[in-house]
Amino acid sequence: MGGWLFDPAHWSGPTGIPVRLLEHLGYTLMTLLIAAVIAIPLGAFVGHTGKGGFVVVGLSNALRALPTTAVLILVVLWAGLGDFPVYVALVLLAIPPIMAGTYAGIRAVDPVTVDAARGVGMRESGVLLKVEIPNALPLIYGGFRGAALQVVATATIAAYTGAGGLGRLVFDGLALQEFGQMLAGAVLVALLAVLVDLGFAGLQRLTVSPGLRPVGTGGKT
Amino acid sequence: MIEFRAVTKRFEDGTIAVDELDLTVEAGTITVFVGPSGCGKTTSLRMVNRMIDPTSGTILVDGKDVLTVDPPTLRRGIGYVIQQAGLFPHRTVLDNVATVPLLSGWDRRKARTRAAELLEIVGLDPAFGKRYPAQLSGGQQQRVGVARALAADPPVLLMDEPFSAVDPVVREGLQDELLRLQAELDKTIVFVTHDIDEALKLGERVAVFQTGGHLAQYAKPAELLSAPANDFVASFVGRDRGYRTLTFLHADVPVHPVDTAKLGQRVAVTDWTLVVDDQDRPKGWLSGVDGEIEVSDQDLIAGGSLYDGSTLRGALDAALSSPSALGVTVDDNGAVVGVVRADDVIKALAKARAAGEVPK
Repeated sequence: MGGWLFDPAHWSGPTGIPVRLLEHLGYTLMTLLIAAVIAIPLGAFVGHTGKGGFVVVGLSNALRALPTTAVLILVVLWAGLGDFPVYVALVLLAIPPIMAGTYAGIRAVDPVTVDAARGVGMRESGVLLKVEIPNALPLIYGGFRGAALQVVATATIAAYTGAGGLGRLVFDGLALQEFGQMLAGAVLVALLAVLVDLGFAGLQRLTVSPGLRPVGTGGKT
Repeated sequence: MIEFRAVTKRFEDGTIAVDELDLTVEAGTITVFVGPSGCGKTTSLRMVNRMIDPTSGTILVDGKDVLTVDPPTLRRGIGYVIQQAGLFPHRTVLDNVATVPLLSGWDRRKARTRAAELLEIVGLDPAFGKRYPAQLSGGQQQRVGVARALAADPPVLLMDEPFSAVDPVVREGLQDELLRLQAELDKTIVFVTHDIDEALKLGERVAVFQTGGHLAQYAKPAELLSAPANDFVASFVGRDRGYRTLTFLHADVPVHPVDTAKLGQRVAVTDWTLVVDDQDRPKGWLSGVDGEIEVSDQDLIAGGSLYDGSTLRGALDAALSSPSALGVTVDDNGAVVGVVRADDVIKALAKARAAGEVPK
């Protein structure tokens, strides 16, 4: 069954595995970017002001309850085939964990730290951008990486509406009764999920202050 | 100088945190606001830098109504130190200290140089600058908190229970450090605490707040002890206030000679004898024995506290804590000068009272 995956013929050309991988990665990153641009400011605003927490929770739960495939089909019926319906479905999937992570991260910043930030003369924007968000980053990344895993896995449905990505292998394999191709698609999706998560773990290490890492020896937590 | 004029703070739920407060904090002094929880001392402090705005009344800092200044600008000109320090966990110690200079638009290098100077001023090795707050002890964090508040050299410093989260030994060290710093820097400091001992130790003036936001008494520490304005103040300053009054009295107590002996010396010990080392520093006491002995470490009875000639409280404590009832007096080098007796302290107190030195 693994033969399909390792057949050199499947690793080249406009429908080869590298192209599908890149398409899949493209959907994933674009989705996460759009979702982050929507969800992080919303979560941060609500977390900072402490107002409308119920909106975040309610909206997250409502979005989580939406069946992604149904959203995809509805948008296709409304807007036609193409990448647009795929992005709508995936962005709606990615928003709840990112928004919840951002909100929770900002609420979890020690009130003493926030009081000090105001007390030394930071404006509200400074309190949020220079103190609350940097300290909330570990939880923001937590939500973001959770969203990334879901999006990588779910981006396979793009193929359902005729778009690209690793879902092509799964859907084409199903149509042709080529189970080797389906398996290759599934394995590659899982592999990509791991790689994407590793990538964000590296980014997290680079951007989160060392002062927020759990302290080992010689210090007080 | 900070002036509270008829300042009242009523919270939305109707509680009155501060009730018609009239009080002037003199420039260049440490003024302590003390009282039980819910007495309005912290609310009063936080109204100075507009962390809370009053319901009515006026607060002037150096003659300027704080309500006319935009809060972030006002706060950058007033040092602020809080309980548990409130350091920014994601920034290094150096960058924490440089916060206010950077907010005020200093360039980064100048701000960091200033921050490194401040670490030294508050008694921290500049090597700490590269660490993060979580790597510091509570006492060290609090020093960094003080350094951060002093970074832009503000004339006024607000300190909200800064030392209450550290253990008693460290707290005492931090208090001494604050007094040393203040002797150098001459800031106008408002210090909030619920600990009356801390208030009496640090405050040049102490404001005792009573539950309900009333100012019960505003006076010098010695006066609070000797002449509490009402029963609340009397009970709040505590049962030992007669003894504590002695802290604020500097009177001459006669110093009597004492028999001394050195270690290894052969002496006939007939009465209490003080054993000293080569530099005449006290080691311990020998009680009367029959005949001659060679003085050795094993025979020594540990002594009490030493009296350095400062306050009557020190003299009395030295006498009371000594096994011989003789309080050992030492000079600046720690060498024995003589001994003081408890009854002499009581006489000195009576004399001071007759001379009107004890506030009534």
